[in-house]
Amino acid sequence: MKVLLVDDEEELVTALAERLSFRGIDADWSTSGNEALKLARAHTYDVAVLDIKMPNISGIDLKKRLEKMRPDMKYIFLTGHGSEEDFRAGSAEASQYLVKPLDIEVLIETMREVVEP
Amino acid sequence: MKTDAEEPRRTLGLRPAFWGGREGSEASQKHSLNLRRLWKTTVLIMTVVSLAPLVVMTAVDYRVTQKSVESELVLRTSRIVSNTKRAVEFSLLERMAALDFIVQDNRFQMLTDCARLEAILDHLRLTFGGFVDLGVIDSTGRQLCYVGPYDLSGFDYSDQEWFRNVRDQGMHISDVFPGFRRVPHLVIAARHEIPGGGFYVLRTSLEAEFFNTLLSDLELSGNGDVFIVNSEGTLQTSSRMHGGVLDTIDLRVPEYSDSTRVFETPTRDGRAVLIGYAYIPETPFILMIVKQKAVLMEPWRDTRRKLIGFLALSLSAIMVVILAVTTYLVNEIHWADLRRVATLHQVEYTNKMISLGRLGAGVAHEINNPLAIINEKAGLIKDLFSYTDRYADDPKLLGIVDTILKSVKRCSEVTRRLLNFARDTDSETSPVDLAATVTEVLGFMGKEAEYRSIEVVVDIDKNLPKLETNCGRLQQILLNLINNAFAAVDDGGRIEISIRPSNADSITIQVEDNGCGMSEHELTRVFEPFYTTKRSRGGTGLGLSITYSLAQELGGSIDVESKPGEGTRFRVTLPLAWQRKKGTFDEGSAGR
Repeated sequence: MKVLLVDDEEELVTALAERLSFRGIDADWSTSGNEALKLARAHTYDVAVLDIKMPNISGIDLKKRLEKMRPDMKYIFLTGHGSEEDFRAGSAEASQYLVKPLDIEVLIETMREVVEP
Repeated sequence: MKTDAEEPRRTLGLRPAFWGGREGSEASQKHSLNLRRLWKTTVLIMTVVSLAPLVVMTAVDYRVTQKSVESELVLRTSRIVSNTKRAVEFSLLERMAALDFIVQDNRFQMLTDCARLEAILDHLRLTFGGFVDLGVIDSTGRQLCYVGPYDLSGFDYSDQEWFRNVRDQGMHISDVFPGFRRVPHLVIAARHEIPGGGFYVLRTSLEAEFFNTLLSDLELSGNGDVFIVNSEGTLQTSSRMHGGVLDTIDLRVPEYSDSTRVFETPTRDGRAVLIGYAYIPETPFILMIVKQKAVLMEPWRDTRRKLIGFLALSLSAIMVVILAVTTYLVNEIHWADLRRVATLHQVEYTNKMISLGRLGAGVAHEINNPLAIINEKAGLIKDLFSYTDRYADDPKLLGIVDTILKSVKRCSEVTRRLLNFARDTDSETSPVDLAATVTEVLGFMGKEAEYRSIEVVVDIDKNLPKLETNCGRLQQILLNLINNAFAAVDDGGRIEISIRPSNADSITIQVEDNGCGMSEHELTRVFEPFYTTKRSRGGTGLGLSITYSLAQELGGSIDVESKPGEGTRFRVTLPLAWQRKKGTFDEGSAGR
């Protein structure tokens, strides 16, 4: 399973990517939407884990653009904010919606569910 | 006890609820009206406006009626006096005319014939009555001839006053006097010219009784008394109440007047009397009629009693109506005001909750991101230990990392709860996991239960139907009830929260404690806004009133049972599916 992690907090994505790799999951990461689009153009991913609140391109917008490029890709949203708007948008747009801080086991389980329903 | 009415309970009694006020309470500070003063002012104005015209009109009517009754009495008395005066005057004139006729009919020489004179006296007695004797006196005062019961022939009258009177004025009518026989009588004498010079006087005595006969026929109202007095106040006739003939009356002799007069005066014993009198012209006589005012006014007093009775009745009726209506209206204002303040408070409270929610959400968000980094870094450290051999397997370090991860988890629980709380303060409905909600709310109470060793029992029916309602409101209801229960129980007490289906489409949430309980009186007011027994400990008296309206907003109801010293049981019944009513107060929009 190949995963794309996108979050503006570099410390978070790098640690998360490394932890996933320990568990046999190949994870690429980026800290901005543009970088993520570049990566997605170059590689194929099974699932993208996107932070909703990011500078320039929000997670929701990024998802829309990625969808055009890779229609088969699945999405999981992350947020540190439990606001009503986020919740609605997140639940409507993505198959899953997780609130930070994450439990890595829960994240892996969710990714599995999303990829192989 | 079940409260069906939406408004707070009203206490019945003579003292209206607004009278007491709530000094120093939050409620009274927000009241813009001084209801007690409003009540007083309204009562005063209404009383003056409605009673004053009534009283004035009654007073005017009273005076007018009294005046007309009195003038009627005066008029009637005056008429009787006039008529009687004319009758008395006429009967005297009649007798004088008779004497005149005798003079015209008989020459002087014939009258000095005593036999002839005797015949005339007999005729007079037969026709008129009352004549006692008859005498002819010459110009020197010597009686030439006399017929009657006494032997008065040759009697010399020249030095008597009446003779001088008749000589100078031509006529004389005397006062009544007892005379020789002790029979009251009066004397009439008239001077007659003798053709060819000189004069003589014809004199007769009349029994005073004929006056009595004249007057005794009169029917007088008001214990009336009619009599004749002379100018010295000596009674010329008998009277009913003022003495017999020749007694002196106990009243002042009225001043001279040539017409009939009526006046009112008090008697010596203090009773008011109405006196009508008339001077009978050319005689010393005064006709008097005396009536008792009190007796005369008796019918008026009856009218007056009715008038005053009616007035008193009207006044009391109006006062009762004014007091009742004003009290009712001001009380309504009082309750409306109370409701207004409560609503205002509720809006404020809701806004506060929303602000708190937002603040919490903001804080949670800010904390969540660094927390996520800590989480991942600590996780990574743990992974480095677990997945690689690069670092020695150090159980102590692993323990430290685990502690960090556990703490992060605890923090994230807190932020998650805050975020949930913020999210749920609007009016959306969603499926509610009751067990999770109860746990979450108990989480808000923190470790209080543990510290105070309060036993909290949660008993949720396993087969509960799915509940769909507003999570935020439900949380608030539970929070308020559980908060109350915590406040009511002593350390070591017990709180039981149970949730069961109550019928096919509703559930019942019951929060029971074994705390201090409430008295009958407290129970009746427990849902009333601003009613609190915890004022000194910062209670606003709004918790249960808000809980009450929240339950109503969710389409449910709340009731309470309690016994002092034994505990309290609140029971909230909620419908399984909440249909938000249109037009209900939307607390979520109030602050936006």
